[in-house]
Amino acid sequence: MSSAGKSPWLLHYNASSCNGCDIEILAALTPLYDVERFGIINTGNPAHADIFVVTGSVNEQNKEVLKNLYDQIPEPKVVLAVGICASSGGVFRDCYNVSGGVDTIIPVDVYVPGCSVRPEALIEGVVKALGVLEEKRAAVDNGGLR
Amino acid sequence: MNLVMAAAGAVLFLILAPVIGGLISGVDRVLTARMQSRRGPPVLQPFYDISKLWHKERAFANPVEMILTSGYLVLIALSGAILFSGGDLLLVVFALALSHTFLILAAYAANAPYSTVGAERELIGVMVAEPILILLAAGFFMVTGSFFVSDILADTTSAIVYLPGVFLALFAVLTLKLRKSPFDIATSHHAHQELVKGVTSSLSGRTLAKVELAHWYETIIILAMMLLFFAANPILGIIVVIICYFLEILMDNLFPRVTWKMTVKSLWTITLILGATNIAVLGILGGVIV
Repeated sequence: MSSAGKSPWLLHYNASSCNGCDIEILAALTPLYDVERFGIINTGNPAHADIFVVTGSVNEQNKEVLKNLYDQIPEPKVVLAVGICASSGGVFRDCYNVSGGVDTIIPVDVYVPGCSVRPEALIEGVVKALGVLEEKRAAVDNGGLR
Repeated sequence: MNLVMAAAGAVLFLILAPVIGGLISGVDRVLTARMQSRRGPPVLQPFYDISKLWHKERAFANPVEMILTSGYLVLIALSGAILFSGGDLLLVVFALALSHTFLILAAYAANAPYSTVGAERELIGVMVAEPILILLAAGFFMVTGSFFVSDILADTTSAIVYLPGVFLALFAVLTLKLRKSPFDIATSHHAHQELVKGVTSSLSGRTLAKVELAHWYETIIILAMMLLFFAANPILGIIVVIICYFLEILMDNLFPRVTWKMTVKSLWTITLILGATNIAVLGILGGVIV
């Protein structure tokens, strides 16, 4: 594993989530789960991030913000849709203002379903995302994504 | 021979400081995690972080950041090289101050709100830390009659005997210099929001890696300055520095929310009472003691 997989920094964005998945993400940062074991840091800054963690069903109000944040993350980057709303829109899928899942706005690499997501599932999702990050990093190093 | 020794000191510093600084940073993170009953990252985590940042895509808010962060890194390395080659302590202090000016300019260059706030707070940080560094140079001159580190090291009595106040004031400023506390000053190493780490908020990839590397250099420089107080007894000095660093991590975990206003007040008070008084007493006792 290269350093890309050993040092994943997260950016967490709440795209109109009910906060259920968000507190599970924060639970993963607590001593009980301690994701810093894997070198994961929650940065809150797109310029520093490698993994973009999105919760909630994206709607008309925040899809621009989501797109902006995604564009501001330097390559290689991985998008993680956390929770069923982010994965497909969930129960809000047919609402008039809901886009229906993160993948309607930006490309998603890993889906983590659940309502709300459990920290174990989330950590597994991040570890899966690390594999994707490694592949993308190799591509960047070979000049593929620059 | 002296020239060879000086060059060797400088080269050793330039090569070893990032290694030791990175390890200190890793141990720091593990200890912090243990204090919070977590497992914590591997000790080599800071090196993984730097390597990862180096391979990221180059994205700038303003391309001039590349030059400015390089200036920051080079000047800090120069400051340390002067210190470890036995050079002039005043030059070390001024090079350190100038290097931070480059970091502040890099933050202003992004022309983003959080960067600007971060730059202003970094300025406050320099403003708070600089007086004690000047007092430290002045104190060493009063004790040894020379600004040169080589002369200070050759002294038979450790400067701590005459400068306990300056040492304690430097220890207080260490919290700020190691980017531990206050939480909301320019670039605390806990990135939780935009204001914290504001100075680096627009930097990414290689520019951020350079700032991180410069921070390791600076850690070694400040710890070496503490060691200077124990010139005659380096073993005791190393033990004291390790204890000081441990206390620093402890303070970092005990006072996670010290604000910048509290910092300015408390550190200036400490500098004035401990540092300036110490120098004044030395002056009354007879100035330069040789």
